Amino acid sequence: MAEPFTRLTAVAAPLLRDNVDTDAIIPSREMTSVGRDGLADGLFAGWRYMRVGGREPNPDFVLNQPDYAGARILLSGANFGCGSSREHAAWALAEYGFRAIVAPSFNPIFRGNCIRNGIVPVELPAEAIARWVAAAPAIHRVTVDLEARTVAAPDPIPFAIDAEGREMLLHGLDPIALTLRDAARIAAFRAADATARPWAYL
Amino acid sequence: MTGLTLFEKLWRRHLVAAIDAATGLLLIDRILLHERTGGVALRSLAEAGRSVVMPHHVFATMDHIVDTLPGRTDRTLMPTGTAFITTLREEANRNGLRLFDLDDAGQGIVHVISPEQGIVLPGLTLVCPDSHTCTQGALGALAWGIGSSEAEHALATGTLRVRKPKTMRVTIDGALGAGVTAKDLALHLLARFGSDGAKGHVVEYAGAAVRALPIEGRLTLCNLATEFSAFSAIIAPDETTVDYVRGRTFAPAGAAWDAAVAAWGDLNSDPDAVFDAELAVDAADVRPMVTWGTNPQQAVAIDGAVPGPSARDPAAAHARALDYMGLAEGQKLADLPIGGAFIGSCTNARLSDLRRAAAILDGRQVAPGVRAICVPGSTAVKRQAEAEGIDAIFRAAGFEWRESGCSMCFFAGGESFGPGERVISSTNRNFESRQGPGTRTHLAAPEVVAASAIAGRIADPAELA
Repeated sequence: MAEPFTRLTAVAAPLLRDNVDTDAIIPSREMTSVGRDGLADGLFAGWRYMRVGGREPNPDFVLNQPDYAGARILLSGANFGCGSSREHAAWALAEYGFRAIVAPSFNPIFRGNCIRNGIVPVELPAEAIARWVAAAPAIHRVTVDLEARTVAAPDPIPFAIDAEGREMLLHGLDPIALTLRDAARIAAFRAADATARPWAYL
Repeated sequence: MTGLTLFEKLWRRHLVAAIDAATGLLLIDRILLHERTGGVALRSLAEAGRSVVMPHHVFATMDHIVDTLPGRTDRTLMPTGTAFITTLREEANRNGLRLFDLDDAGQGIVHVISPEQGIVLPGLTLVCPDSHTCTQGALGALAWGIGSSEAEHALATGTLRVRKPKTMRVTIDGALGAGVTAKDLALHLLARFGSDGAKGHVVEYAGAAVRALPIEGRLTLCNLATEFSAFSAIIAPDETTVDYVRGRTFAPAGAAWDAAVAAWGDLNSDPDAVFDAELAVDAADVRPMVTWGTNPQQAVAIDGAVPGPSARDPAAAHARALDYMGLAEGQKLADLPIGGAFIGSCTNARLSDLRRAAAILDGRQVAPGVRAICVPGSTAVKRQAEAEGIDAIFRAAGFEWRESGCSMCFFAGGESFGPGERVISSTNRNFESRQGPGTRTHLAAPEVVAASAIAGRIADPAELA
């Protein structure tokens, strides 16, 4: 399972666009193997490289700029991760090194994928993010404190995250193992349900 | 006591245990897989030493990667695509899952074949590692898209840990005008309320215009709920739904059918149910729509022009979209020459979609220089269309007539219309490079795609009437 996350101070790269979709995060053409690995090179491929399929860096893209080398936090716009449910988007971000994304809102499927891959989805108003970025290059480093539920650059701002998501991230829990502890309870529920809803069973 | 929403009723029926105040452990009735992400989920499950707990409730199909050219095999135009197909096949067989393989009469796009075969039913929970799973809420099921890890969870436990979504009702009263479709309605909602307008909510579509939609139209409307950033969409089952489901392959029969229909009678929001949010639209305000930008919210009526920047499309985003699309503010959409026309996808490739497009194409010719392609949503749709002579109309007009699959709705490294090519498409996403690097996608209803293919430019079907 994912590495536990408690607190991280790291370079934050601004990609301040609304509606960054999962096709942009990892184009389908970059998902060439049946697995979760080898995706970091394809991260943002359409924007990051000069040519389709090529690997020559586009100097205009934020992750190719020396100021943002080693970024582990991404700052972005509303509805981040919209589009395809491909978990490859979260896998590619995690493999590249991202551990937190700060955005005004997230697509619900993408948000769930982040939590299952050790990436903290931090919801923060667009104005707060824009203020930091306007202050750049002075503020490159942001601290995400999941225990305290704050994000700081450097003044801490509280953010909300559901208890379950926070637990998963803090302890790098395997949700399947957690649920399987209740296997007997699930089986009993299903047995009763099969009597109540026979039409739902094949 | 306040009444319950339809969503709340389904939530309670499936709630195995409350994990905390915001999260529940929900029973999952059906799991659907496809070759893009199904193989990796099943393989990963096996690597963890886990097995599929309810294999007879899991269905798999080949749709995302498989070619749609006639005579297709496991070899694909997408480089490395074969491994996705063979991995899903091996894993599905090893786990005893029902697989609709390349040559199976039940093969097709997952969200087309599931309603078609009665896999999705009113009152069920259904998940699939595909964002357009919300499509199937049209039958009155709680159906939503998940990632691969969650798919593994559902396969291994028959449940999911779900953060409870908020509820939204979108009431569409009145009647859609002549020639206005469910696709236009969905694009109208996106243009009006924005692509995060339903942010994380489960959306119940209600009102006279929704009731009047046949099931295939309801599927199209619900399909675009993920573009609305919804958790999912749902429509209360009614007589139309029951009539649609009756007799389908995996639908209950005999006494189980009677019990099902009786249970479905309660699947509606109580009159005094309270939603977290409500939106209302008059169906008469909806016009045939077309997108101009690189997000589905960037849509206007087909006789409209490219709008200027707005709060939702601020200057930088607006300029970026216009640059990618090769457009200027104020340009009329209906003047734009096209190089490609595509009818397909889980949004608009069902039999009724093909029939309506064929009615426009009948006796007409695709304009010179336009590459026009029709990819039926399922093998069953394709065969029925062929039985009705619809394929002959498409072919005679100059359309390619394909095998079923997701095809050119998205680019996976195989086929594309090409960089800079302007395409009118009955699909669901106009993102940058979605249909191929540099390809410029305009989303619209199938009849607009058909009319545009004939005109050689974006065209209102009313012009051809």
